[in-house]
Amino acid sequence: MTVLVIADHDRGVLDPTSLQAVTAARALDPQVDVLVVGADGAGVAGELAAYGASTVHVATGDGLSDYAPQAAARAAVELVGSLNPSAVVAVGTPRGNEVLAHVAAILDVPFAAECAQVTLSPGAHAIVRNRWGGNVLETSTVHSDLLVASYTAHTVKAEAAAGAGTVVEFAPALSPADTVVRVVDRAGEASSGVGLAEARVIVSGGRGVGSAEGFAPLDELAELLGGAVGCSRVVTSNGWRPHAEQVGQTGTKVAPDLYIAAGISGATQHIAGMRTSKTIVAINTDKDAPIMGYAHYAIVGDVSTILPALVAATRAAKE
Amino acid sequence: MHIAVCAKRIPLSGGRWVLTPDSTEIDTSGPSMGFTLSPHEECAAEAAVQLVEQYGGSSTVLTVGVPDSETELRSLLAVGIDRGVLVETDGREWDPQATAAVLTEQIQKGTPEGDAYELVICGTEAGDTADYQVPVRIAHALGWPVVTNVKGLSITDGVVRCERAVGSAREIYEVPLPAVISVKDGVNIPRYPSVPGRIKARKKPVDVVAGERPEPRLEKTRLDLVEEETRSAEVLGTGPDAVPALVEIFKKIGVI
Repeated sequence: MTVLVIADHDRGVLDPTSLQAVTAARALDPQVDVLVVGADGAGVAGELAAYGASTVHVATGDGLSDYAPQAAARAAVELVGSLNPSAVVAVGTPRGNEVLAHVAAILDVPFAAECAQVTLSPGAHAIVRNRWGGNVLETSTVHSDLLVASYTAHTVKAEAAAGAGTVVEFAPALSPADTVVRVVDRAGEASSGVGLAEARVIVSGGRGVGSAEGFAPLDELAELLGGAVGCSRVVTSNGWRPHAEQVGQTGTKVAPDLYIAAGISGATQHIAGMRTSKTIVAINTDKDAPIMGYAHYAIVGDVSTILPALVAATRAAKE
Repeated sequence: MHIAVCAKRIPLSGGRWVLTPDSTEIDTSGPSMGFTLSPHEECAAEAAVQLVEQYGGSSTVLTVGVPDSETELRSLLAVGIDRGVLVETDGREWDPQATAAVLTEQIQKGTPEGDAYELVICGTEAGDTADYQVPVRIAHALGWPVVTNVKGLSITDGVVRCERAVGSAREIYEVPLPAVISVKDGVNIPRYPSVPGRIKARKKPVDVVAGERPEPRLEKTRLDLVEEETRSAEVLGTGPDAVPALVEIFKKIGVI
């Protein structure tokens, strides 16, 4: 048997979470077939092989030059027909969940999203998945021969293991309806800023920052550390920062090397979006705030005096 | 334009989750527990109200839930949705396939006036189960295009323009009506219900339809609370005096 992984890339740049899916698939079956969609995808085959991909199937053809979820799902369904895998998996990014939802809808099979653990047992697969942004775990049985499942991002650590990585190109049969939904344009790319999802460092502010102007030192610190600015939901509700910067269950889920939570008390919906960060630093006036239970390091005090000092000291340390 | 909005009543935690004695549901009997709608779905309703204000037509909110879900349905009627449809359940959870199938059935019926829906707006994922798939399954059943996780939405000449965030950039999609769209919190700022809105909501029609739950294919057998990590932060100090110690940490973990 085999497990089919749907890997994601953006115009030839691999989404690093796809390597988590390949690692997870290896634990289910030594044979790992990986689908990448678009001719640009061939360029990421080497990276996928280094994490254990046995075969990398590159779907090419008209309508597949940029992301098109239903067309990607058709390509996956075609491979399901030819490879007969026991499972089709991806990481639960919006794209990963979206393509798997299409696969499940086309095949009329269940789709278990946001899994933490998967045990294959055709007909009655056993899965454990995250609810409420990871605060509650659900144990479920998936009544289907083929398991369609996504893993919550960052629940599996990507581990290198050489695979053959044989590249096979194929042109899936598509109908015009499959490419109606596709990226037709992009905007906002002139920004030199680092995106939240890929940032190694995130400097995040909450209610304690006090105002839109209060974010100036967070912007400075993020720039010094080569990172991105994030925020909690109350900040976007108050209009201090754009929604794109919101970290949490309904915003972006992140797992950077360093997460600085400045003036963030740590509501469960915020914690759900950043709890797997490698190092968490809390800066808060309340030494008993919930965030202190998740932080590795803390400074107790007012962000308005601590952050400017931190910016100056960081700048000095870099010189 | 006639728009259907799909929404789901979910438990609202007062901060700490408690499970029922058989570990299959969130215990909602506690004093700090209640029910709510996910922010994504409040935004879905707001989008529908705005589009009807702009183009005319009507909006209908559909939900699958226990009889008490009418409270959450009426909270959306209070912000301007015209009517509701409640597919009544016995309290057991419906899996996403069953939910999508019964919603599709109701959408195919059209409005009570006999008009066909041209647009279905959902939240990008349920606030509790994060299944992501109900809008996609509805779209396949209807044979309509679907764009999910939408952060910007406008309609011109029958074409829906959607934006969604990718890293620091935005992707643009353009799809013809009829279509299914799932929106993400932040696509708009939902209005608060006004007092006249609440009064009007009491008189707006809610159709109650009996739901018959099929055997789940994604079958929940139990829930477990995630053990809270008992980490306690190493306090580096108080006020700006603690800054040098934090800079040392930055060096240690290699960010400077």
